[in-house]
Amino acid sequence: MSASGHERASRHVTGDALYVHDLAVRDPATLHAWPVQSVHAHARVTAIDGGDALRMPGVRALLTARDVPGAKTIGPVRHDEPLFPDEVCYHGQPVAWVLADGESQARAAAARVRVAYEVLPAVLSIQAAIAADSFLTEPQAIVAGDPDAALGAASHRLAGELHVGGQEHFYLEMQCAWVHRDATGGFVVHSSTQHPAETQATVAHVLDVPAHRVVCESLRMGGAFGGKESQANLFAAIAALGCHVTGRPVVVRLDRRRDMTITGKRHPFFARYEVGFDGDGRLQALVVELCSDGGYSLDLSNAILGRALFHIDNCYRVPHLRVRGRVARTHLPSNTAMRGFGGPQAMVVVEEVVDRVARTLGLPPEVVRQRNFYRPGDRTHYGQQVRDAERIDRIWRELLATSDYASRRAAIDAWNTAHPHAKRGLAITPVKFGISFTTTALNQAGALVLVYRDGSVQVNHGGTEMGQGLHSKVLAIAVRTLGVAPQQVRMMPTRTDKVPNTSATAASSGSDLNGEAVRRACDELRGRLLPVAAAMLGCADDEVGITDGVVRGGGRELPFAEVVERAYQQRSPLFATGYYATPGIHFDAAAGRGEPFRYFAWGAAVAEVEVDGFTGAHRLRAVDILHDVGDSLAPAIDRGQIEGGFLQGMGWLTCEQVVFGADGALRSRGASTYKLPGVGECPPRFVVNMLSRATEPGAVFGSKAVGEPPLMLAIAVREALRDAVAAFGGGGPVALACPSVPETVFWAIQAVRRAPAATAAAADDQRPRSCR
Amino acid sequence: MTVPTDPPRGVSRRSFLKGSAIAGIATTGLTAAAAAPREAQSFGPGEHEISLSVNGTARKLTVETRTTLLDALRNRLDLTGAKQICDRGSCGGCTVLLDGQPVNSCLLLALDAVGHAVTTVESLGTGDTPHPLVQSFVACDALQCGYCTPGMVMSSLACLQQRGQPTREQMRRDLSGNLCRCGTYGRIFAAIERTAQGGGK
Ligand code: FES
Ligand code: FES
Repeated sequence: MSASGHERASRHVTGDALYVHDLAVRDPATLHAWPVQSVHAHARVTAIDGGDALRMPGVRALLTARDVPGAKTIGPVRHDEPLFPDEVCYHGQPVAWVLADGESQARAAAARVRVAYEVLPAVLSIQAAIAADSFLTEPQAIVAGDPDAALGAASHRLAGELHVGGQEHFYLEMQCAWVHRDATGGFVVHSSTQHPAETQATVAHVLDVPAHRVVCESLRMGGAFGGKESQANLFAAIAALGCHVTGRPVVVRLDRRRDMTITGKRHPFFARYEVGFDGDGRLQALVVELCSDGGYSLDLSNAILGRALFHIDNCYRVPHLRVRGRVARTHLPSNTAMRGFGGPQAMVVVEEVVDRVARTLGLPPEVVRQRNFYRPGDRTHYGQQVRDAERIDRIWRELLATSDYASRRAAIDAWNTAHPHAKRGLAITPVKFGISFTTTALNQAGALVLVYRDGSVQVNHGGTEMGQGLHSKVLAIAVRTLGVAPQQVRMMPTRTDKVPNTSATAASSGSDLNGEAVRRACDELRGRLLPVAAAMLGCADDEVGITDGVVRGGGRELPFAEVVERAYQQRSPLFATGYYATPGIHFDAAAGRGEPFRYFAWGAAVAEVEVDGFTGAHRLRAVDILHDVGDSLAPAIDRGQIEGGFLQGMGWLTCEQVVFGADGALRSRGASTYKLPGVGECPPRFVVNMLSRATEPGAVFGSKAVGEPPLMLAIAVREALRDAVAAFGGGGPVALACPSVPETVFWAIQAVRRAPAATAAAADDQRPRSCR
Repeated sequence: MTVPTDPPRGVSRRSFLKGSAIAGIATTGLTAAAAAPREAQSFGPGEHEISLSVNGTARKLTVETRTTLLDALRNRLDLTGAKQICDRGSCGGCTVLLDGQPVNSCLLLALDAVGHAVTTVESLGTGDTPHPLVQSFVACDALQCGYCTPGMVMSSLACLQQRGQPTREQMRRDLSGNLCRCGTYGRIFAAIERTAQGGGK
């Protein structure tokens, strides 16, 4: 292992790191499942005829509703997702599953299952859902001050709307679950899941057995990004059901197309806003209506909308603010968690607003942004004190200096004057992201640490590893607290029989929660070992030091294992649990007030692009980032999260486009029709720095969460594109659709070329209409 | 069932097999010449017993005509390093070397690999000391979830073997068929550079 890189990295590099499907194919008894998918977005299922399919070679079973001994519907919040629907609610929804000896046999047989439908009308967009009054939730709102009066009093006002696109997770490892029986009749569920406890509970409900009969293990995931927070459960339930019915191990492993057509994505949002501001660009009032596309079922949509409401301020102080939102129900796959969890969509909206304010006034956007930053002592629209508010101003100033912003601005302006058919754009945008699950009860974690007589250690905790480096960080915490050498510690696969009732590894909270739980368990063990060591060394407890597996004190040293053995002989327990519940957080949803976050993560990014006026295509020329990770637990990993999060956000905003056809079928359903950032999209200049002097007193070893916040740094690329588009026109605001793929950039250029002033005027006429 | 010895029934299947092998290579952006199949034998539907040279060892296995090399490696030989990610030749996660050339094993029939040397990522883990490229990937922390990693390693290996001291532009070209959703591209470049400069030896 490198100093602070990924644990078990060399196993990955030689192909020895196994994922669920790699385990399943090693067991020749395994049956393979394949879905029969709906060919309509909305229809009643009137008959399923599996006769021909069941006669095909290798086919063992056709799973339908009749086979379910327990709950026939699942869902993380509301049980509104039928395992085997009578009424299909999206194109591609699984109707039944075929089990066969081989995957290709199951697949061929699934194509021969005949399903009869009675087609029903479908709602396929947010606009259509609003028109049809089709919603999954009641509205949520947060109000600060008196926004209507403040809007009326503002010297300047403008209004507009923005549709923010969704995003496919495209974790490279598709959804996968493999279930077999153990020798005592229990079900062993190997699942690529971020939430083993919920996967376990789902399987138990579906099979109608107590949770203690089910063990769920999440060894590692080949990426998840939120897509396996709730949506791994269906596939584990089907695999478990298949195992229950046939008595054989069953694997459900989707191929890319099935994964893309069955599972939900990042929520698209539709926003209407009205903003009041003064002649210096200071925001005085903001009213925003948000409507997200939840898809056919609730899933986590309400909490995702909630996080959008919390992040509509980004880093900006708006004295009078009202944000309201509601989740639309459409006949599309159920949208779900994805890195940022509603925060990014809201932040794209407010950055759009601030940029329009700046360009309307003819002020540089970076000046207007900075002018509106929170100041020490400010509170957010939901009443939380903005602790460390001065940090964003510090980040801003440092980054403007290190990125050489002012002179690049001048150079770009000169370059643009000389190039009529291509323009460069430059932008800097800030990030503030609240850390904690906004559902307060989820902010708890447990750990189980076992020390063996030879001094080796097993560390168990409830967090899952999906590439974010959680196990590496927790390993570092255990090593530091216990004083052992890294090679003495084995990080165990995440299992529900080691730590029960865990929360999903999500909300960037994995290391804050699980790391602190492990630290507490290790601290307890250390506390038991110190007196034993002191007696052996003939010194006081507080003179004993343990580092790197060596116990020192009184001028002598002992191997860790000898102290452990003595503790064993003295009958001292050599295992400990650790438990952590984030203190001090609360939120009253009805009042829209509270302190839902333990702290905020801060950052800013500068992006420079060059846009081709003939095609709208762009090249990302340079990126400079300054991000706040507190005292990093593992700098190499945190840097990787910043780079990777940024690229994923950039993909979302500039090249990835989820496209559904008029029939509700997904058109972008493979790597060839859904453009992910590749090597070619990496900027030639990519400078990532971490903020110094940034200790976070509220988290383990002064660190900060880093999984999600960097994704929103990529908004700088969207704003740089807007800046380049603006250079094709004569000034004033620039409308830019989201995602800003080349086609939309092209049309934006056409618009500013035709009538630069008209764009703003037309948008100004719009007033927000209700999203209800 | 054994390999049929009947004469070919027609040219269509043969040219199909041959074409698919070339398609598998073409997406890597490297020359197909070295890996072009020899005069291919023709096979009908059903199962065939074949022998593949994998990581220097002859392995006997039974495959259907339609079985891809990727499925043969994963499902028949327990070599699960190569990953099936897109199954369409557009992600590079299944990259292995065929006579030293990187190929997308999801686009190549197992039958077409007969008579060629197949090298998988697992070959880098054998031996007393890890391959320098392995050490460089670890030292540069060139992975997050690790799912693209086996394919990235094999494409990087081919890039190094063919170019010695590749430039960034050459790396970009050679890795353009490999996707990483975690966004580790920059570190992979660093790992290739470190290996080219003798790091990890
Ligand atoms: S799985 Fe072969 S290229 Fe994607
Ligand atoms: S490391 Fe996760 S896809 Fe590359």
